[in-house]
Amino acid sequence: MTPAFVTRGLTKRYGDLAAVDTLDLTVERGELFGFLGPNGAGKTTTIRMALGLVFPTGGEVDLLGEPVVRDRAPLARVGALVEEPAFWMYLSGRRNLEYVARAGRDRTEVRRRLALVDETLEVVGLAAAADKRVKAYSQGMRQRLGLAQALVGTPDLLVLDEPTNGLDPTGMREMRLLLRRLADEGTTIFVSSHLLSEVEAMCDRVGVMASGRLVAEGTPGSLRGGTDRVRVQVDDVARARAAALGLAGVTVDGDAVAGGPGSLTITLHGVEPADLNAALVGAGVRVGALAPHRDTLEEVFLHLVEGADVPR
Amino acid sequence: MFRVELLKAARRWRTWLLAAAIGGIPIVIVFAIRVSPPQPAAAEDAPPFLFQIATNGLYAALTGLAVVQPFFLPLAAGLFAGDAIAGEAQGGTLRYLLLRPVGRTRLVLSKYASAITLLGVLVAATIASGLAAGAVVFGLGPMPTLSGTSLSVGEGLLRIVGSGAYMVLALSGLASVGLLISTRTDSGPGAAVATIVIAIASQILGQIPSLDVIHPYLPTYGWLGFTGLFRFPVDWDQMQGGLLVSAVYTVVCLGLALWGFRRRDVTA
Repeated sequence: MTPAFVTRGLTKRYGDLAAVDTLDLTVERGELFGFLGPNGAGKTTTIRMALGLVFPTGGEVDLLGEPVVRDRAPLARVGALVEEPAFWMYLSGRRNLEYVARAGRDRTEVRRRLALVDETLEVVGLAAAADKRVKAYSQGMRQRLGLAQALVGTPDLLVLDEPTNGLDPTGMREMRLLLRRLADEGTTIFVSSHLLSEVEAMCDRVGVMASGRLVAEGTPGSLRGGTDRVRVQVDDVARARAAALGLAGVTVDGDAVAGGPGSLTITLHGVEPADLNAALVGAGVRVGALAPHRDTLEEVFLHLVEGADVPR
Repeated sequence: MFRVELLKAARRWRTWLLAAAIGGIPIVIVFAIRVSPPQPAAAEDAPPFLFQIATNGLYAALTGLAVVQPFFLPLAAGLFAGDAIAGEAQGGTLRYLLLRPVGRTRLVLSKYASAITLLGVLVAATIASGLAAGAVVFGLGPMPTLSGTSLSVGEGLLRIVGSGAYMVLALSGLASVGLLISTRTDSGPGAAVATIVIAIASQILGQIPSLDVIHPYLPTYGWLGFTGLFRFPVDWDQMQGGLLVSAVYTVVCLGLALWGFRRRDVTA
């Protein structure tokens, strides 16, 4: 099957500034893809171009195997949340959903969507508040109604821009579980976020964008790197540092510090952890703990984003 | 889409407020005249037909139309057409409509059609309430025309409905200007106010005799042409001009609105 979401050389320029710069991205069917990047990295512009709202300066987008030309064609099978959700505030949640479901040319499709309204309200947990005006909804309820709008046609592809904005921790967790469930049922989900923990917890694959470019792509685990790093807890950091550096190839994070108890992060570069331990003990260092250390995605992310310091 | 637009408007308080305000005007006029009939001397700067109401209820409907035309109908055109796209952009719902997907051409045309339909409903409400109030208070009778002849009740009614239809058609030009503005801004109230201002400015310019060279180019040209229906024989000249101007504005403004909107980045 063709991939669900493809961009080829996608570019958007505003004068001299390239908001999105020759972006090549592929998301396979059934994947839950996390699209990471700091604010201003070009995530929203990419999403708007993918959905035909903003016209690219160059490059192409295919959704579900069909090219997106202006606002046509494959969008009928795509559900989306772009930046914050938006509603007709003077209508109830249910009516908002009904009008969104009605907005389409194909009569049978409209009927099918309308029949799904109640079920969708149930899925996002708004069944009880469905007949209240949206004006009276809390931020979290609005976010969930926005998701319901994206979901109402049981789309094959969901494109969600920061869907957990404004949710409390419980709401965020519920949203994550719901997205995971939808992905497991076969929906392809493209979700942007600036919250790494969130993406790490639910996504199959992650792309990191900075200054309009894709700076990394892979599973959350692969981005975090291997287990070649260890963290040791010792009674004398200065002596431990010297002993570790005595091993060929080994490097130690941070600068030399005064002695005393503390911990060190050491990159082994192929040296066995057991040999490091022996070297430390041999130098008279008492080792309280020695554990594999993996960078958090946050560290990787900050590193990548700083590395991509493209002049603007 | 057209149906969805009408449904949305029907569930909006402001649509009903506007309908009540505009539809209520003939009732207020009838009531005021009943309480204190105007003296013929004071009728000079009163709206046309105002002072014949006391003789015939048919005139109440016609006066209602004449009173709502210069300000209230442009106000409605501003709210319905000016706010049409810009209001959705401002609320953020524009992007969700386009994502369904609703084609951009279809969205603009549906908005225009629903705006014209709603204006038609307001005009019909004005006629209906004027007739009802006028019939109850003064009764209906044959209408004297401005040329001194007389129209039967049925014929008079037909011409009043004709006046209303003409007003809606003459407004369609202004509504298309509003829609054009609406596709160029993300501020709903801004586009609505701009539309109303254009209507008022155009009517003021239209009353300055020394500017008569530009009169046939104004979007409100020929708006009072419906009075020609109450002459004998019927004077079609102004109405033809008004319809032509309105048609040209509609074609040009809708064309520009579609041309621009289909190419524009939607960032709201």
